[in-house]
Amino acid sequence: MRHLMSPLDFSVEELDELFQLADDIQANPAKYAHACEGKKLATCFYEPSTRTRLSFEAAMINLGGNVIGFSDANSSSAAKGESVSDTIRIISCYADICAMRHPKEGAPMVAASKSSIPVINAGDGGHQHPTQTLTDLLTIRSLKGRLNNFTIGLCGDLKFGRTVHSLINALVRYDNISFVFISPDELRIPEYIIEMLKEKNIPYSEVTKLEDVLPDLDILYMTRVQKERFFNEEDYVRLKDFYILNKEKMELAKEDMIILHPLPRVNEISVEVDDDPRAVYFKQVQYGVYVRMALLLTLLGIKVTA
Amino acid sequence: MLNVGKIEEGFVLDHIKAGKSLSIYKHLGLDKLDCTVAIIKNAKSRKMGKKDILKVECDINTLNLDILGFIDHNITVNVIKSGEIIQKLELTLPKEIKNVLKCKNPRCITSIEQELPHIFVLTDEVKEVYRCKYCEEKYGSSEF
Repeated sequence: MRHLMSPLDFSVEELDELFQLADDIQANPAKYAHACEGKKLATCFYEPSTRTRLSFEAAMINLGGNVIGFSDANSSSAAKGESVSDTIRIISCYADICAMRHPKEGAPMVAASKSSIPVINAGDGGHQHPTQTLTDLLTIRSLKGRLNNFTIGLCGDLKFGRTVHSLINALVRYDNISFVFISPDELRIPEYIIEMLKEKNIPYSEVTKLEDVLPDLDILYMTRVQKERFFNEEDYVRLKDFYILNKEKMELAKEDMIILHPLPRVNEISVEVDDDPRAVYFKQVQYGVYVRMALLLTLLGIKVTA
Repeated sequence: MLNVGKIEEGFVLDHIKAGKSLSIYKHLGLDKLDCTVAIIKNAKSRKMGKKDILKVECDINTLNLDILGFIDHNITVNVIKSGEIIQKLELTLPKEIKNVLKCKNPRCITSIEQELPHIFVLTDEVKEVYRCKYCEEKYGSSEF
């Protein structure tokens, strides 16, 4: 039985198979509409996350399956003091697969070790969020036609942003990718990532001004400065509007550059950019559903033939 | 010069960094053993200047080499039988250590699920880096 804890759990070849399946789902949704009939997905969300939970639920419903679950710890037995290990043993009796979000890092791994059904990490604190990375990769692959030979700029909170760290770790497995890290000094990319890039001889640069590098980018991955990561309100207020991507700045970008964002967006992308064809962050949400559908089928071992 | 006699059966841990013997005594659980233990601190050493030595008279299977390897894999382990050294054991960095360290990350699942074992996995042999199995928080043996 297979679980998904980190985006690196799948080899590049396995990811390719997953993305091909996602492509086929997108092209032939009717073919998959009953693939999970009689199957149940349990969404165990110990902290609120409307979008990820709904994306999982939509994915299972699109496959003809059903969904059970809870959307915050207070409405589960965790409020009574039940351990994750016990909860998953019980959920295993009710459902065929589980997507778990938990504020504590490593909680889905503990669940996977005690579970008799596949467990998907749907985000564990600041640690991993593998299905977001799969979404990002599928979006890039679908819209750029490849997962190699490009320059990607990552902008905003590069220090605390787990989606950024996961995406970099996933992308370094592909050929000829250059990274441009755009952040204020306080939110620079962690040293261990820089060390890893140096060891692998992967080109990177660090800048503070977005305009200086925009013309060089094939992909721009914008992130939100997350209020919940700051202990000091003053620092948050000072940094939250450090980058605002607007129409004027977009004039500097390549015609075929794409803008991704894990969402929710606050001020870092002006709404006037939304109509620009290069703004693909809402399409990205749709790819998130396709990739979760492909993931559910893969982990459940369901093969759909024409 | 202080003289500590030979042991008949057990082990001698030599080349311990000066000042580290008490910590090793504790983490090997030697305080729980009902046998003779000699802790020699700041002995003269040609190689190290000063070193600590531990002599433990007990069954040689009592020693947890994984813990010792994690604390300092440069320690020399002499196994003694009938008063003679019968083997010198090479210590290596263990691939995994269990319940030796506690994860200090307050966001780690081990902070709320008390019954979970604290497991650390060797992720970089050259830099001697261990990471918590659950949250991947980084630890080095120097933090021990």
